[in-house]
Amino acid sequence: MEGTQEEFAIRVRDLVVGFGRQTVLDHLSLDVRRGEILGLVGASGGGKSVLMRTIIGLIPRQGGTIEVMGQPIGGRTLGAATTWGILFQQGALFSSLTVRQNVQFPLRENLVLSQELMDEIAIAKLEMVGLRPQDADKYPAELSGGMTKRVALARALALDPPILFLDEPTSGLDPIAAGDFDALIRTLQKTLGLTVFMVTHDLASLTTVCDRVAALADGKIVAIGPMRELLQSEHPWVRAYFHGKRSQMLQHQMR
Amino acid sequence: MNSEPLLLATPSGDALNLRPEGPWTAANVATLETLSRSVGADVDQSRAVTLDMSGVSALDTLGAWVLEKLSRRAASAGRSAELVGVADHFSGLMDEVRQVNRHTPAPAAAPNPILLWLNDLGKSTIGAREDIAVFLQMLGALFTAVIGVLRRPRSLRLTSLVYQLYRIGWQAIPIIVLITFLIGAIIAQQGFFHFRRFGAESYTVDMVGILVLRELGVLIVAIMVAGRSGSAYTAELGSMKMREEIDALSTMGLDPVHVLILPRVAALVIALPILAFIGSIAALYGGGLVAQFYGDMGPGIYIARLHEAISVTHFEVGILKAPFMALVIGIVACSEGLRVKGSAESLGRQTTTSVVKSIFLVIVLDGLFAIFFASIGM
Repeated sequence: MEGTQEEFAIRVRDLVVGFGRQTVLDHLSLDVRRGEILGLVGASGGGKSVLMRTIIGLIPRQGGTIEVMGQPIGGRTLGAATTWGILFQQGALFSSLTVRQNVQFPLRENLVLSQELMDEIAIAKLEMVGLRPQDADKYPAELSGGMTKRVALARALALDPPILFLDEPTSGLDPIAAGDFDALIRTLQKTLGLTVFMVTHDLASLTTVCDRVAALADGKIVAIGPMRELLQSEHPWVRAYFHGKRSQMLQHQMR
Repeated sequence: MNSEPLLLATPSGDALNLRPEGPWTAANVATLETLSRSVGADVDQSRAVTLDMSGVSALDTLGAWVLEKLSRRAASAGRSAELVGVADHFSGLMDEVRQVNRHTPAPAAAPNPILLWLNDLGKSTIGAREDIAVFLQMLGALFTAVIGVLRRPRSLRLTSLVYQLYRIGWQAIPIIVLITFLIGAIIAQQGFFHFRRFGAESYTVDMVGILVLRELGVLIVAIMVAGRSGSAYTAELGSMKMREEIDALSTMGLDPVHVLILPRVAALVIALPILAFIGSIAALYGGGLVAQFYGDMGPGIYIARLHEAISVTHFEVGILKAPFMALVIGIVACSEGLRVKGSAESLGRQTTTSVVKSIFLVIVLDGLFAIFFASIGM
């Protein structure tokens, strides 16, 4: 919009994170551009979630700097809900609140507004993520997996944060629901102008929605770029990831 | 860039030109609400409303919705509303917002409070019947499991039983000794203090002995165990239920009652009499200490009086109750654990229910035993 805005939404420099004697992220650097959807791939237990949780401040770092929207992140961040929305892998909906209350929670805690407007905004968010207003009074325990993810997305978007973090958004969804969810993220990203940071294993969503893909191996980003470039990468782990039997099959079908 | 959102209203004849300016975002929500309310009356009176959005510098869903609400209000009752000057990067959002909140379901009518109360009463009545059914089912399932173990003794989960005994028996000893010791001491102190007035101090020992051995020792220990171990059983089984571990067991052809519940209940039935015995001794010891330091009654006299005052019958009455109380605690704790549904809240609710219910039943059972022993003359 304005020319003064910076190019990068998230800048990570020389990030070191470890537990005990084990180093998980080893001098990792990563830039996420404003308004792009970045997919992060990596081996299970390789530190993808650690990287995401470090950026949002849930895990302390041992070295390096993190800048989000031009602001350095140090220790605990206040007012974080207006900076980013997070979709946790299991949804992390508050089980004692209804769907409507879950979506209203960030609004209620961060803003002063009338109950009427809050109700309307909650329903608006739910409809934007493809749920019906009738679902608003259900409890999280009554929702299916796909619905849980949608509600969690609505809650993450409640305050229209500029950055959205998604932790394996399509895991546990059937291909149709996963495809719908991908499309939904794409639409919302376009309408709201979001920057999306997505941890995923879903090759289909990597190919269809991600503008760029970053590969995390050995605690570093070993390759980053559009999916096409990653497929050409010579790094052994990246080759193994994208040219294994499962991946090959998918890519053949897509051609 | 304006730091405060504005809404300029210019009436021209029976038409109205609205021009929002500045950042229409969630951060300024209080201002936005005031602004949109202030032009509400003007909007209602105008036949045609033009919403000129060219001055909006920033827009999010909340701001877009407030504007959309204004334009819907203007467009109601056959009047017209027009949206002009929408910047390209806002048009997607405005289009999106135009789709929402179209079919708001009518809010459910507020129910009659008396009917609601009657409904709850009826539900809990039926619930009580269900509780009894669940209790009896669990008792039956346990009985079947015990028969199974008697027929094939090797099928008993010995490791699990020993571990549970360690956890709910051995590890409970310190706290139970401490609490029963204090209770014994307090009863003795009260006895000496009040009986002294009519010179009946020596009867304090009778009171302590009979009260502790017949009633209090076992009752206090049972209540402690219900709070300490019953709640743990419910929470454990409940979280296993939540994580589908119990279903996994069943699909492997194993009976959860046999594998999980029998060792737990059996451990309680074995441990509670032992704990009650240890607790009673600790209480008598506490009474003895108070007798020496507060009632000026030496240990020799205390023990001699105790010897005269109590018989094995008193001890038997107390200790006979312990296994039954253990059974009640175990059954309630385990069946409440299995009733946990998916949510964390349900786990907490079931654990509370388990403790409250088992303490209540322990006290009721104690009352029934008092009637029973009185009528058989023990």
